[in-house]
Amino acid sequence: MTENIIEVRDLVKHYPVTRGVVFKKTIGHVKAVDGVSFELKAGETLGVVGESGCGKSTLARVLMNLERPTSGHVLYKGQDISRLSGSALRRLRRQIQLVMQDPYTSLNPRMTVGDLIGEPFEIHPEVAPRGSRRSKVKELLDLVGLNPEHINRYPHQFSGGQRQRIGIARALALRPEVIVCDEPVSALDVSIQAQVMNLLEKLQAEFGLSYVFIAHDLSVVRHLSDRVAVMYLGKMVEIGTEDEIYERPTHPYTQALLSAVPVPDPTLRDNKAIIRLTGDVPSPVSPPSGCRFRTRCWKAQDVCAQEVPLLQIRPGSDHPSACHFAERREIVPTHEAA
Amino acid sequence: MSDILVSEQSAPGADGSGRPSGRLLEVDDLRVEFRTRDGVAKVINGVTYHVDAGETLAVLGESGSGKSVTAQTIMGILDTPPGFVTGGQVRFHGKDMLKMSAEQRRRIRGEGIAMIFQDSLSALNPVFTVGFQIAEQFRIRRGMSRSDAKKRAIEMLDQVKIPNAKGRFSNYPHQFSGGMRQRAMIAMSLALDPEVLIADEPTTALDVTVQAQIMDLLGELQRERQMGMILITHDLGVVADVADRIAVMYAGRIVEEADVYDLYAKPAHPYTLGLLNSIPRLDEKGQELRTIKGLPPNLMNIPSGCPFNPRCPMAQPVCREKLPPLLQIRSGRASACHFAEELVNRD
Repeated sequence: MTENIIEVRDLVKHYPVTRGVVFKKTIGHVKAVDGVSFELKAGETLGVVGESGCGKSTLARVLMNLERPTSGHVLYKGQDISRLSGSALRRLRRQIQLVMQDPYTSLNPRMTVGDLIGEPFEIHPEVAPRGSRRSKVKELLDLVGLNPEHINRYPHQFSGGQRQRIGIARALALRPEVIVCDEPVSALDVSIQAQVMNLLEKLQAEFGLSYVFIAHDLSVVRHLSDRVAVMYLGKMVEIGTEDEIYERPTHPYTQALLSAVPVPDPTLRDNKAIIRLTGDVPSPVSPPSGCRFRTRCWKAQDVCAQEVPLLQIRPGSDHPSACHFAERREIVPTHEAA
Repeated sequence: MSDILVSEQSAPGADGSGRPSGRLLEVDDLRVEFRTRDGVAKVINGVTYHVDAGETLAVLGESGSGKSVTAQTIMGILDTPPGFVTGGQVRFHGKDMLKMSAEQRRRIRGEGIAMIFQDSLSALNPVFTVGFQIAEQFRIRRGMSRSDAKKRAIEMLDQVKIPNAKGRFSNYPHQFSGGMRQRAMIAMSLALDPEVLIADEPTTALDVTVQAQIMDLLGELQRERQMGMILITHDLGVVADVADRIAVMYAGRIVEEADVYDLYAKPAHPYTLGLLNSIPRLDEKGQELRTIKGLPPNLMNIPSGCPFNPRCPMAQPVCREKLPPLLQIRSGRASACHFAEELVNRD
C-alpha cells in the first residue's frame, strides 16, 4: 500500500445566503460541498468529475486552504491543514499548488513571465536564493516546453496553451508534492489540449507528483486518472478506479453522465442508448431530501426520499456507490470501438 | 481563384414562395479581412460551402479558424470596421446577399436564416423578459396584436420544452438556468420558421447531460421543419452524432469537406487526421496523446504555400511553395492537400 498523501474526512463547505444590508440575516446555506471523504495516494491522479454546480471547484479551494471548511478535515500526511495558520500554513502551502482553469485571467497582465513564475520564490525565499532565481525560472520555462529566452515577455504575447504552460510552471516552482488542477485544459482547443495533457503526464513521471484533476470532460479525466470520483450536488456519488467507473458504473447518475458523452465515431450513433435525464440540477440551497439525485432518477423509490444513501461498497459491485439500488448496467463505452 | 467544389449547379430561380428543395444557402469563395492598428488579418481566405434543406453541415475548426466569422458574414452581423468582405458571394436561393440592401437583408434574417449563439447570457437582453423578446418578433415582423404575439411566444417556449411555459413567459433571462436560456434562444431563432439555422457552438457552455437534451431538441425541430442547419463547433463528438456533412476549416480556408462517415473513417487532410488523433482514446490510455505540434498560424502572417505546412508531419518542399486548392478527390469529398490521395489510400 502506498501512503495517503491527502485524506479528506467528511468535508463540508456551506456558504451563507443572507438578506438585508444593515441587519444581515442568514436565510439559508448554499451547500456547495456536503460531506465528502476520499484519499489521494502518493503519485496517483485522482480525477473529479461532475457538472457545473456540483462543488468540484469549491472542493479544490478547500483542499488548497483558500477556504476554511465549515466542518470536516483535510489531512496532509496526517496533519490537519484546515487548523494551520501563520508560518506553519505557509510552509505547507509549498507542498500543494494549484493550476487554474482560465489562462487568460489567472496571470497578471502587468507582470512579465519571469516575475510571474519567480513570485513564489519571493514568498518562499528558502527554495531559491535571490541570485539563482532567474536561472531557476529559465529552467522551469524549459521544463514546460517554453523558450527560456521569453522570460521578459508579458502574458498577452502568448497563446492560450502557452499561458497554461506558464501557469503550470508557476505551480511547479516550489517543487510541490500535490498539484490541484481545476479544469486545466477546458479553455483550450483540442490540439493544444492534448499537448498540455501530455505535459502534465510527463511532469508527473519526472517528479512523482500527485494530481487532483478536476474536469467536466469525461474522456480527458479518463485519459489522465488512476481513480475517478463522481460528484453530484455537493456529494460524492461514486468513486473507484478508472476502469470501475467507466466500465462498471453502478450509480444511475454516473451511467447517465457516461451515456451522454458524445462519442467521436459516427458509426456508433444509432446503437447508442443515451439515458435522457430530464430537468436541471436542483438548487444547492435546498437540495432534495434523501438521495440528491432522486428528482432526476428513473429508479427513484420512496426510500430514496427518506434515507441518504451512503457511499459504500454494495452487493454485486467492487467499488463504493451512493445509491440504494446500485447495479451494473451496460453503457456503450466511450471510444471503445476506436 | 475559386476553389472548385461539389457545388457547381446552384438552384436558379428557386426563390419566391414555398419551400424549394436544392441549394438553399451557398457561400462561394468568401474572403474577409480585419483591418486593425497592428495590420491586416486575413481571417477568411476563400471559403466555399453550401447547405441544403433538411441537412446538417458541421463546420469544424479551432479558435481563429474563421468558422464564426463566416457565420457572421452570412448573417450580415460582421463588425465593420474592423471586418471587411473583400470578395466572394453568399447566395440565398441563388441571390447574392452581399449585394442586397440593408432592408432586404433584414427581411431574410429570422425568416430565411436565423442564428443561435454560444453564450445565451450575453445574447439575450437582460432588461426584457424572455417572453417579450420572443413575442417582439411576432409583433414587428408579423404585425400581430400584443395578446396574439404572447400566445405564439408561449407556444414556442412550449415547443422547446420549457416546463410551465406560461409562467416562464414573464421571467427575465437571469432567472433561467443555462440549459433553459439556450432553449429560449432556440425558441427565439425558430419563431419565424427560418429555412436555415446557423448554430454557433450551441452547447459548448453546457454540461453533457444538458448538451444531450439540447442536441436532441435541435435535431427533432430540424426534422419537423426540414431546416438546413449549419452547426459550428470544435467538438468532434457532437459532430459525429448529428452531422451529415463536415467542412473542416483551418486558417480561414476549408481544408477538407466530406460525408461524416468518410471523414472519421479516412480523413483526407493531415490536419483532420491530427485533430482526430488528439482526442483521448481508451485504447491508448497511458500512452502519450498524438498531438499536432506547434500553434495555429498568425492570421496577419499566414505561412506561404499550404498554411498547415509548418505543423504538418507529411510536409514536403512543394507544400512550402504551392497553396493546395480544395479539389474533389471522390464524389462528395474534397481536400486541400497535395498528398490527399496518398492519405486516403494508405492504411
